[in-house]
Amino acid sequence: MKKLIIAIAALAIAAPTVSQASPQSDLNKMKRHFAKKFPGVKYQDYANGIYAISKSRRIEWESMEEFPPYEPGVEIGKSLFKKYKVGKCFKNGGIGIKQNYPYYDGKSGKVRTLEGDLMACLKRNGINTKNEKLQFGKGKFAAIAAYMAFTSRDKTTKVKVPKGKARRIYNKGKNFFYAKRGQLNFSCADCHVYNAGVTLRTNLLSPVLGQTTHFPVYRKKWEATGTSPLHGFGTIQRRYSGCNKMVRAKPLKPKGGKQNQSYVALEYFHTYMSNGLKINAPGVRQ
Amino acid sequence: MQKPAKLIFAASAIAVLLSATLVPVSASAASVEEGKKIAQDRKKGNCTACHAYEGANMPGNAAPPLVAMKARYPDKAKLRAHIFDPTKANPNTIMPPYGKHGILSDKEIDAITEWVHTL
Ligand code: HEC
Ligand code: HEC
Repeated sequence: MKKLIIAIAALAIAAPTVSQASPQSDLNKMKRHFAKKFPGVKYQDYANGIYAISKSRRIEWESMEEFPPYEPGVEIGKSLFKKYKVGKCFKNGGIGIKQNYPYYDGKSGKVRTLEGDLMACLKRNGINTKNEKLQFGKGKFAAIAAYMAFTSRDKTTKVKVPKGKARRIYNKGKNFFYAKRGQLNFSCADCHVYNAGVTLRTNLLSPVLGQTTHFPVYRKKWEATGTSPLHGFGTIQRRYSGCNKMVRAKPLKPKGGKQNQSYVALEYFHTYMSNGLKINAPGVRQ
Repeated sequence: MQKPAKLIFAASAIAVLLSATLVPVSASAASVEEGKKIAQDRKKGNCTACHAYEGANMPGNAAPPLVAMKARYPDKAKLRAHIFDPTKANPNTIMPPYGKHGILSDKEIDAITEWVHTL
């Protein structure tokens, strides 16, 4: 099955023709698209995903938020953050910094994500990530990232894309977002731009605006896979894997302790599309 | 691959003509049922994810409802071709290319075509 998916994914990624406009004009265009599509939605409310566009689903969500199911996990994330001395690797001791990620690092010529920097930090601090079961995407690792995002609540997403190499990485992410892929032949944009607000069976599709503000997310679906309060957490790249699998495309897993560079580029573009929206992580989702 | 379906269809039409009093338990009826099953199976056609049609259980609303298909597609081959590769008509469509990407087999697409044509 896996092999088949890989073969098909390789076949089915069609190169899209996206314009090379500036990031700011991309974002303005996106905002205009949604202002037209959902005229009743207040811009800041896009940070709430499908709950911005569905009254009935919002009521379910508000009742989940009365006793936030992520709280015990965020507490664990906080104690792990201290235990592994994560603060010393980051600006401002790692508190209230999520809104600036991902950012372009001129020294390495690479885009850095919060999770990428967190993994590098754990290694630099001499933590045996294997023995400690710290892996990208979920569990204890995602809980630390969720705690860091939690301390950034209400700060405004502020991703910068300078000209030059950073712009090229942004465009690579943008291409990824608009490219059809997988056996079922979908682009991210098919679901989260053109068909946002539409339901596929019973799944309501959320708009791309605001999709990154509440990550790492706490999903009931993931929570149900275990008994610890940590099971619900997942990073944005875990979600990318899920959405790729949904269309029978190959998920791009981290390798050798590093995130996949295509997903890093995607996260750069994708988070830029939430610029101006406030961090509200971790969000609760089904 | 178009042939068997047509043949079966012709055969069943003849059977009906020959004996109007007989209940037509034809091969075609069997493939209509089979097509409906494949269409509803989430791991196969999953047409219900996007299309409403008579008797659909919790359909999505991403696509136009499948109604009056015989009137709109008098030529069954055209209908089949659309299911085989909808990107021919619209390169940006979100409808999966069932035949072109090998999501369904030729036989499965034949059966689905039979079913859609009854809607
Ligand atoms: C076939 C449809 C489909 C495609 C293609 C797809 N997604 Fe999704 N995505 C969904 C559904 C359904 C959900 C769950 C409901 C929701 O929040 O939109 C979801 C959820 C998400 C979420 C979480 C939103 C939240 O509020 O928690 C993110 C982020 C996301 N998708 C990003 C992507 C990206 C990036 C791509 C491309 C790599 C992509 N999706 C491709 C269907 C899709
Ligand atoms: C993910 C969404 C999706 C799925 C799944 C899907 N379709 Fe479609 N379908 C569409 C859309 C959207 C259109 C509208 C035209 C277009 O975009 O090509 C369409 C159009 C059609 C048409 C042409 C209708 C017309 O009015 O002329 C037929 C026939 C059709 N689909 C049959 C099927 C069948 C049969 C299946 C399952 C085997 C299926 N579709 C699965 C999205 C979908």
